[in-house]
Amino acid sequence: MNNLIRLTEHGPERVNEDLWTLALTGEEPADGPRILSLDAWLQRQPEAVLSGQEPSADAVCLQPDDEAERLRTRIGWTGELRAVGDVLRDQLSHMRQCGFDAFAVREDKSAEDALKGLNGMSVLYGRSAIEPRPLFRRRTSEC
Amino acid sequence: MYHYDEYDRALVAERVAQFRDQISRRLSGELSEEEFLPLRLQNGLYLQRHAYMLRVAIPYGTLSADQLRALAGVARDFDRGYGHFTTRQNIQFNWIELEQVGDILARLAAVDMHAIQTSGNCVRNISTDAFAGVAADEVLDPRPLAEILRQWSTINPEFLYLPRKFKIALCSASEDRAAVMMHDIGLYLYRDAAGEMLFDVMVGGGLGRTPILSQPIRRALPWQHLLSYVEAVLRVYNRHGRRDNKYKARIKILIKALGIDAFAREVEAEWQHIKDGPAELTRAEYERVAASFQPPSYPPQPAVDLEFGSALARDAGFARWVQRNTHAHKQPGYVSVTLSTKPGADMPPGDVTAEQMEQVALMAERFGFGEIRVAHEQNLVLPDVAKADLYALWQQACEFGLATPNIGLLTDVIACPGGDYCSLANAKSIPVAQAIQQRFADPELLQDLGEISLNISGCMNACGHHHIGNIGILGVDKNGSEWYQLTIGGAQGKQSALGKVIGPAFSAEDVPEVIAQLAEVYREQRQGTERFVDTVARIGLAPFKARVYPAQEVRA
Repeated sequence: MNNLIRLTEHGPERVNEDLWTLALTGEEPADGPRILSLDAWLQRQPEAVLSGQEPSADAVCLQPDDEAERLRTRIGWTGELRAVGDVLRDQLSHMRQCGFDAFAVREDKSAEDALKGLNGMSVLYGRSAIEPRPLFRRRTSEC
Repeated sequence: MYHYDEYDRALVAERVAQFRDQISRRLSGELSEEEFLPLRLQNGLYLQRHAYMLRVAIPYGTLSADQLRALAGVARDFDRGYGHFTTRQNIQFNWIELEQVGDILARLAAVDMHAIQTSGNCVRNISTDAFAGVAADEVLDPRPLAEILRQWSTINPEFLYLPRKFKIALCSASEDRAAVMMHDIGLYLYRDAAGEMLFDVMVGGGLGRTPILSQPIRRALPWQHLLSYVEAVLRVYNRHGRRDNKYKARIKILIKALGIDAFAREVEAEWQHIKDGPAELTRAEYERVAASFQPPSYPPQPAVDLEFGSALARDAGFARWVQRNTHAHKQPGYVSVTLSTKPGADMPPGDVTAEQMEQVALMAERFGFGEIRVAHEQNLVLPDVAKADLYALWQQACEFGLATPNIGLLTDVIACPGGDYCSLANAKSIPVAQAIQQRFADPELLQDLGEISLNISGCMNACGHHHIGNIGILGVDKNGSEWYQLTIGGAQGKQSALGKVIGPAFSAEDVPEVIAQLAEVYREQRQGTERFVDTVARIGLAPFKARVYPAQEVRA
C-alpha cells in the first residue's frame, strides 16, 4: 500500500486504497496500473493514447519535479499530480503550492505526521500554481 | 529603511516557530542529518569545522541602530562576543549551538530580522551599493526594487530547490559598488529621457571554480517587468540547470553550455507566457514600498564650515581619514562615512565586536538618522553625517578601533573566514591577511600606493572573491600543506576583470614580501596618478613576474 495523502474538496485525506505501483526499475508488476518513466510510458502506449484519442491506463513519472508548476499553469493539467520519491513533511506545503495534489510520503515516514507539514505558512509574498496573484495584488484587492 | 507590516512580521514569526520545531525533531533524532540539511541551510545554518555558523540576512546591507544592537546581543549572549560581516552584506556568527538557534531567531524576529535563505540552493540576500539612496553619483534609489525582489524571492515555493545557489545584485550609480557582474543576475537601473525607470539585465556571473563575468541578456527593460523577467530567467535555469554535479550547477555553466543567445531565446519564450500577467509590478506596490525609503529631512548645513576646515588643517590624522573614509553625498554639507573593520593584525577583516556594534549604533543615532549599512568590502557605513560632525565622530571611531584610514587601500583586505573556521577551506586566510596588513602598517607607504584591492580566498570556492581583486590570493593544498597562488589585474565594478595567475604558489610566510615586491614594481613603473590596476593593464605581467621569480626565465 502506498503511504498516500490526497487533497480532496473536503481537505487532505489519507488514502488507504491505492492501486498504483511505482514501476521505475524495469521489474514489471503482475497487474494493476503503473507509474512509469517517460521512456517506458511512451513505449507502452497504443497509438490512440499518443494521438490523444484515449486516456492512458498508465501514469508517467516526470523529473525534475519542478515541472509541476508548468503542468498546472501552462499545460492546464487538471488530473492528479502525485509527488513520489523523497516526499517529506517539511516540503509538502511547497509541493502543494507548486500544484501537487497527492503525496506518496516516503515509506519510512508516517503519513499522519506528514499531514502537519501540508499547511505551511500563512503568508506567501509571491505567487504559486494555486495562487496566481502575488501578495501585492491580493493586498490591493482587499483594500 | 523598509518598515515591516503585519504580513512581514507574521511570515518571520511563523518561520521561527517552524524552524524551532524542525530543530527539535533533529535533536530528538526524528529527522536525520540528511533530511535536516536542506532545512537548516535555508535558515542560514552551516556546520563548520568547530561549531554551527549562523548567517543572518541584512537585506541589501541596511540596518537600523536597534537591529545592530540586537546583533551585538546575539554576539555577546550566544557567540564569543563578535560577528563577521560578509561580502554579500550579511553577518555570520561562528560559534553557535544548535539548541539555541530558535532563541536567537526569535530575538532577531523581534527587530524584524531573520536568517531565511542566507544559504542553500535558493535565491539569496539581494545586495546593492552600500551608499544606496545617498551617493552623489546615484541616478535613482535602488532600495525599493531591492525590497520588492526580497519579498518576491522569500519562500517562493517554485524557487526553493534550484540546482544551486542564486545571487542577485542591483546598482543604479555611475560607479558599480555592488560587484554586479559577478552575480547570477545583475541589474543596472537607470531612467529614460521621460524619467521612467529602466534596467539592463546581466546574467551568468559568478566566481568559484569557474569564474565568469556576467553578460547582458536584455537592455532597457521597463521596471514593471522586473519580477516577470527575473521569474522567466529562474524558470529556464530551474528547468535546464544541471543537478548531477554541484560544481557544474550554477546558471553561469548553463549559459556557457547553451550560449547567451540560445539562453536568451529560452528566457524570451518563457517570458512571453508570463509578461503582462499578474507577476507584473504595479505602480501602487512600487509606491507603497518606496514610501519607506523617503529621504530624511536634512538640517541645512553652512556652505563654508570654518571649524571643519580648521580641524582638517590642524590634524593630519583627521584629514587623512576624511580623505580616505568619507564618500560624496547627494545632500550638500553631508558625507557618508565608512568605518573600517580592518584595523590590521588585531582583528580579522570584517570581524566586529559586540561593544563596537553597540558603539556604531550610538554613532548612527548621534551623527545620523539611526541607520547603518554593510559594504561589500565588509566595512560599516554611516550614510548621513553632517561635515560639521565629522571631527567628533572621528574621535569616537578612533576610541573604538573603527577609524583606520585605509578604505580602498591595500590593507582594506577582503578575506573569507578560511581554514580557521571553514571546513571547505584548503588554507587559512586570516593569518595571511594579518601578515600583509602588518607588512603595510606604515601609513605613508600605504597612502603612496593608493587604491589597491586585495582579496583572499581559502579555497577555490572563492568566497573572498580573489579573482576580482587587483591582487588576488588563493589558498591551495599541495600534499597536505598550505600554499598561496597570486593573481594580479582583477577588478570589480563596471570595468570588471578576472586576475591572471603570476606563477607558482608561495608559502604563507613569503606572501607579504611578494606583495611588497609587486608594490615596488608598481611604484617604479607607474605613470603620473596611474593606479596599480592600470599599471598592470599597461605593462602586463612580465615585469612583476621578473621581480617575484628572479631565478627563472620569464616569458611574457
